[in-house]
Amino acid sequence: MNRALRPLVATTAIFALAYLAAVIQFPAMLSTRVLGNFLTDNAFLGIAAVGMTFVIISGGIDLSVGAVIGFTTVLNAVLIMWLGLHPLLAFAISLMVAAAFGAVMGAAIHYLKVPSFIVTLAGMFLARGGASVLSSDSIGIKHELYTTISKSYILLPGGGRLTVIGMIMLLVFVFGIILAHRTRFGSYVYALGGSEVSAGLMGVPVARTTILIYTLSATLAGLAGIVFSLYTSAGYSLSALGVELDAIAAVVIGGTLLTGGYGFIAGTFIGVMLQGLVQTYIVFDGSLSSWWTKIVIGGLLFLFILLQRLVFSAASPRRKVFWKT
Amino acid sequence: MRRIDWRGALLRPQFMALAAVLGINWLLFPGFFDITLQDGRLFGSVIDVLNRGAPVAILAIGMTAVIATKGVDLSVGAVMAIAGAVAAVLVTGGSSAIVAVGAALLVGLLCGLWNGILVTYLEIQPIIATLVLMVAGRGLAQLVTEGSIVTFSDPVLIFIGTGSLFGMPMPIVIAAVLAIGATLIVRKTALGLLIEAVGVNRSAARFSGISSGLLLVVVYTFAGFCAATSGLIVAGDIRGADANNAGLWLELDAILAVVIGGTSLLGGRFSIPMSVVGALIIQAMNTGILISGFSPEFNLVVKSGVIILILVLQAPMTSQWLRKRMSEGKAQ
Repeated sequence: MNRALRPLVATTAIFALAYLAAVIQFPAMLSTRVLGNFLTDNAFLGIAAVGMTFVIISGGIDLSVGAVIGFTTVLNAVLIMWLGLHPLLAFAISLMVAAAFGAVMGAAIHYLKVPSFIVTLAGMFLARGGASVLSSDSIGIKHELYTTISKSYILLPGGGRLTVIGMIMLLVFVFGIILAHRTRFGSYVYALGGSEVSAGLMGVPVARTTILIYTLSATLAGLAGIVFSLYTSAGYSLSALGVELDAIAAVVIGGTLLTGGYGFIAGTFIGVMLQGLVQTYIVFDGSLSSWWTKIVIGGLLFLFILLQRLVFSAASPRRKVFWKT
Repeated sequence: MRRIDWRGALLRPQFMALAAVLGINWLLFPGFFDITLQDGRLFGSVIDVLNRGAPVAILAIGMTAVIATKGVDLSVGAVMAIAGAVAAVLVTGGSSAIVAVGAALLVGLLCGLWNGILVTYLEIQPIIATLVLMVAGRGLAQLVTEGSIVTFSDPVLIFIGTGSLFGMPMPIVIAAVLAIGATLIVRKTALGLLIEAVGVNRSAARFSGISSGLLLVVVYTFAGFCAATSGLIVAGDIRGADANNAGLWLELDAILAVVIGGTSLLGGRFSIPMSVVGALIIQAMNTGILISGFSPEFNLVVKSGVIILILVLQAPMTSQWLRKRMSEGKAQ
């Protein structure tokens, strides 16, 4: 077996085992209904996590995704309900605003030579603040397109529903996998995460790639915001609070190395599904309180970080860095 | 011993920024600098800035040490919630306040120790190691309070949050004691130098005989202690432990305070007093926005503006450009 794929296999095996254990306890969990809900309920998280995977593979971090999701839901609501724009036009505007936002953050990270952590922190404040300035109240969105989309789904065998937003997430993952493993941009991202200096010496356009990575992440966060507004039919400045942490957790659980240069988009998908499994299990159990979700996800995060350490301390002699600048 | 250049120190951008923010507040609200003595306690907007800024200032003291070692501690907000929850639950369960405070501080130390061990011995990047506790911590706090907001009426705990000593509100006194104590410890002993050495180059520090591992663990443990102290103040202030909201996003404010204070996120040189000034600048801005009648949400936009300004000012590109302009000016 290809040893580079080991963490991915480990994550998948753990997900399969966890799902099996859950099914043994609650046989009803083995149904396409539950699986369909996994996809629908975590669609926005999955989409944002794809962008986060690219950022982390490149050796950075993006703390602004949750705030960008929140901002996009509000912007959408304002454009549709207050200005009367057609949702599709509103979507296009939101995506462009998010993309521009990401591009500016990427440019700041590259040209000001500051850690991505602090730039995206500023971005997080700006997006959350901007959203509250637009409207601090929740705005309900009523439009035919929203009702049509939330009503349409593909019926899976067994009564499960593959909703439109679930399909959007799956498409984003396919797009992410192709982008990461089959395009020049993808190899640039991996090279940048391995070592920015070597990547530059090898002819990787460092500035352009950095800007594009954060543009991609913010655009996907914008798309996640659109999906979130479809999911909740509302725009609220405090929605998706802390989603950046869930996304980072999904990426790490998916086997992506936090020091950059190594990781899988497909692993992130398993990471998202594992989080969905934890939530669903707690709902099925009924006696466990929702705060257990946080504890279990924290525990899983720790477990996988430990696993990475054990796998990689043996495999690579490369010194780890604390911060990528 | 180093001689302190007072005039130079007062002209630092941080002090000028603080003066500017306070000046703006004074323009918006002419009574800003009025201080009155009532029932043996000082009241006034300036005192309020100090009082409200104390929790973040305390977090910033611990965070400064962590950031100086090239690390970061994202878990302090969650640790605040845990400490507040532990104290509140013990006190309502009938324990004495001393036990409750001691247990809360001990829990803070343990949380910090956990972070320190992850960073030092498992060699996990600080941002990720402390992320584990940040994610799980609030869940743990809710486990302690069993999901409800635990209110208490214990006079000692409430005194920590709202009492006063020599006319000064308790939070200010605690923050001042911690800030002065920590500054003396790091500056009058070699500890500060050792922390800076580890932050600049951990391997080099180890080769020169510094037990960098132990030092890192101590630094993270201290940050946990500061977070627990801050958590006690916040809990005492609202007379209850709110596992969901206590200390929410305060880790970001603390990091911001440290960065405003001039400590680089890349480790090395640090200054605890300047971080405290950073925390006060943040609080003065918050108060100013509240006084001027803008909605509190505006805070975030202003904060991000300040971060962007600092980043641009600190960027190597800007200083190069300035230097070029200066030399051109001389040439003419």
